[in-house]
Amino acid sequence: MNGIPVLTLITVLPIVGAAIALVAGKHARAVALITTLVALALALVIWTQLPADGSIGLIEKAAWAPSLGIEYKLGVDGLGALMLILSAIVALMSVDAAHRVHRQPGLYFGLVLLLEAGLFGSFTALNFFHWFLFWELSLIPAFFLIKLWGGSKRGPAATQFFVYTMAGSVALLLAFLAVFLSTGSMDFIGLAQMASTGALEQAVTAHLGPITLWLAIGVLAGFAVKVPIAPFHTWLPAAYAEAPSPVTMLLTGAMSKMGVYGLLRIALPLFGAQIAQIRTPLLVLAVLTIVMGAWAAVVQKDLKRTFAYFSVNHLGYCLLGIFALAVPAAGAAQMASQQAALNGVILQMFNHGLTAAALFWFVSILQARSEGERGIDAFGGLRKPAPVLCGLMGIALFSSLGLPGLNGFVGEFLIFRGVFPLAWVAATVSILGLLITATVILTVIQKVFNGPLPQKWATFPDLHHGERMALAPVIGLMLLLGLLPQLIVDTVNPTVVNLLAHWRF
Amino acid sequence: MSSIGTPNSVSLLAWTIYLSFAGALVQALLPKGKASLSRWLALAFAGGGLALAVQGFIAGMGQGRTVLVDLPWVPSMGVHFLLAADGISRVLVLLTGLAAVAGVLFSWNIELRTNEFFAFFLALIGGVYGVFLSYDLFLLFVFYEIAIVPKYFLIAIWGSTRREYGAMKLALYSFAGSAMVLIGLLAAYATAGSHSTGLIDLAHANLPVSFQMWCFPLVFVGFAILAGMWPFHTWAPTGHVAAPTAASMLLAGVVMKLGAYGCLRVAMGLFPHGMDPWGFAFAGIGSWRDVFAVLAVIGIVYGALVALVQTDFKFVIGYSSVSHMGFVLLGLMTLNQIGVTGAVMQMFSHGIIAGLLFAIVGRIVYERTHTRQLADLEAMHLAKRLPFAAWAFVIAGMASMGLPGFSGFVAELQVLIGSWKANPWWTAAAGIGIVVGVAYTWRAMQKAFFSDAPHHAHPHEAAEGNHALAAITWPEVTGVVMLTAVSLAVGLYPRILLDTIEPAVRALLAGGGQ
Repeated sequence: MNGIPVLTLITVLPIVGAAIALVAGKHARAVALITTLVALALALVIWTQLPADGSIGLIEKAAWAPSLGIEYKLGVDGLGALMLILSAIVALMSVDAAHRVHRQPGLYFGLVLLLEAGLFGSFTALNFFHWFLFWELSLIPAFFLIKLWGGSKRGPAATQFFVYTMAGSVALLLAFLAVFLSTGSMDFIGLAQMASTGALEQAVTAHLGPITLWLAIGVLAGFAVKVPIAPFHTWLPAAYAEAPSPVTMLLTGAMSKMGVYGLLRIALPLFGAQIAQIRTPLLVLAVLTIVMGAWAAVVQKDLKRTFAYFSVNHLGYCLLGIFALAVPAAGAAQMASQQAALNGVILQMFNHGLTAAALFWFVSILQARSEGERGIDAFGGLRKPAPVLCGLMGIALFSSLGLPGLNGFVGEFLIFRGVFPLAWVAATVSILGLLITATVILTVIQKVFNGPLPQKWATFPDLHHGERMALAPVIGLMLLLGLLPQLIVDTVNPTVVNLLAHWRF
Repeated sequence: MSSIGTPNSVSLLAWTIYLSFAGALVQALLPKGKASLSRWLALAFAGGGLALAVQGFIAGMGQGRTVLVDLPWVPSMGVHFLLAADGISRVLVLLTGLAAVAGVLFSWNIELRTNEFFAFFLALIGGVYGVFLSYDLFLLFVFYEIAIVPKYFLIAIWGSTRREYGAMKLALYSFAGSAMVLIGLLAAYATAGSHSTGLIDLAHANLPVSFQMWCFPLVFVGFAILAGMWPFHTWAPTGHVAAPTAASMLLAGVVMKLGAYGCLRVAMGLFPHGMDPWGFAFAGIGSWRDVFAVLAVIGIVYGALVALVQTDFKFVIGYSSVSHMGFVLLGLMTLNQIGVTGAVMQMFSHGIIAGLLFAIVGRIVYERTHTRQLADLEAMHLAKRLPFAAWAFVIAGMASMGLPGFSGFVAELQVLIGSWKANPWWTAAAGIGIVVGVAYTWRAMQKAFFSDAPHHAHPHEAAEGNHALAAITWPEVTGVVMLTAVSLAVGLYPRILLDTIEPAVRALLAGGGQ
């Protein structure tokens, strides 16, 4: 872009914002609002500058530590740029929602902005070292946001979150160490090229023996924790429930996408053949994630935990799509299915981010009006005193359910459209998950919005003007993308074609 | 001797030694009761040393080895006052300069016999500079001994928990190590039959392989004791805990590096064939190299596991040093370019990070709370009452865990890569050490600063907990910022050091290239 290092700019911006927020005291939220707004504008600019052929563009390079294969190399394609927009939107929503942080606002918003920087950095990095730096960087602010501002059981929740993710990171690191030892490179593009000709596996086998499958498993383990994939998800409900709701928005809306993104940017390109080898067990895990997540949501009594399991369930569809498309030697018909599935996965990443963040925003609004209540049974009949709140939250819930016409539908539809021909058993069992979540969502709507209105909520305040203005664009976007998914698909599809052309299963 | 380089502006590095000893002398002569003057003088001398070290580091970029001074000393024995610096020396001298300045800053509150304290402190620093710059074995050994004596007094006079025990244990271990080194060096001198104690001359003396086979382990272990090699590490935790803050900073920061440096420069440099295979193998161990690599790995894992269960905050850091120094020794035993480079990086990195950790635990926290028991600290809610200390420890802890972006990551990464090339099992075991390292750092951080334990959980705390803690002072802030910035700079841009270390390691590994 005329030589302006816009990807570096968008990563540095929140770091600078964080430094200012730290010393800004009670003005920290304003600093964070401005920073996240500018970041969103930058992300949209990046979206318009992508190469038309779906390849990775806007590349920025500089020497860093060549003897270790470390290079400063950034770039985005449709996938990366979409994730930048999503992170920017979710960060803005999170700052917007966090208007009740009275304790150490400077530190709080500083950490939020650092987390945003971590997201931007990991979605633009094209070198393992650089990527890993930001992958870990995002972990630290997330830990402290839970630990310092979380609910009553925040200590164990934060530690569990940290330990799980860290263990996954070590597996990732060791696997990449082996890749570096064999190839002398940490460059994602270069390694993906090697993998597409089979040279990567040859190099690993020549240097270290036949352990490529184990390296694939190590890399998968790192992402499995972050997404999460069952049975590595156990940290998630506690972390999502104990984190303050605006932080949960970031965790589920944007951070969980780091894992899915990693699968698409690193695991599939480098270890496609190995993933194809273990495709069946991986599909079983994906289906387990979907069904188990949905089923666990049924028995929850706490809105945040319910929505947390929704996240497990919804990201399970992404996993289903990703693992299903790992078919060796796909024919023309199968390739069309792969394209549909991958388009669906990327759309689902964005839509889930938007919807899940909105749902937790509504929880924080409910909590703010009820002295922290978040039990499903604690409310009732709210549609009478607060019709606008219930209406908008209803839209978000239906989006989560996957109602046609709202954003949630398109992604899931495309995933199932693609997965069915490729792995019909997995697709069929996964439909069960759709049904279960639908019943849970209807139950939530029934219990919270309808039913008898308890006396104490008779004067439950509706959304005030400022909240309506803040939420309107989010709900509007859900409707818009439900009706015009091509706003995203038109840019993402070339990337999908380009990615699939380079992957070798 | 001209074969080893020509003097140039790097030769100012020699003045780091003279300046430090001059500083020690000035402090010793200072009249009593001039604590403030003594502090500023100490800062000036340490700062001067750092300035010289930086100047030498920059001037030396892109250069090989440079002779700084070469004067005959005891001609009949071939002893020279020979100082020289290659990339490894320049990096470690830089580390010493940084540790010295940080040490003075974190000793700003010493009121007892201030000038004597700084006299010992500067003498120790001078000795350390000397070791890193000596290219004559006799001279190196003299400086090595000079570094031990002030350490004893620093701990025995200004220390805390069981200080005399800790000081004596440390001195005995050090002297035992020195004795082993001395025997080995005398034997080498006699066997070589040369009339020079110069490191280069001895390296070229073609010592018989059978001689190297027994002399290498002797000298290596002698030095490795000071580097905290398991099972000779036990002096380190007790010594660190007993020492006053500045002394534990120097102990972990630079003195342990003297041992590792000796292993690399002297043991490995003079007796490279001592690491050759024995010709038979027992349980996969077929050479002294395997033996020491395995001991290093045990140290990494053992130190980390022991750190995980400590109840005293300073012991956690003490054992973490054992674990991190294990990476240095493992890196040395890889005998490949990347592993040995990683070992030198780790020496620098650990020097900075351990110094920072000891400063936070010993000076910033202990001097205010008067307890190092994690259980007591848990009830004090230090994250609220000492936010600066809490966040400084978070950053230092992240660096110590080896998170990317900090110097420790690059260093440990290189060691892991190097050891994988040598023997993947070493890497796997060291990887466990890293995971445990995350756990113990996190545990200590949680307990000491971010605990949710209720107030007054301990009766002992009721008295301590209520009064306000003294405000953070400027020397503390300066020290923390300086050390953090260095670790970050090296972590984000490792070439600052790599470009200097790599050629030196290459020359050293090429053999005969002492």
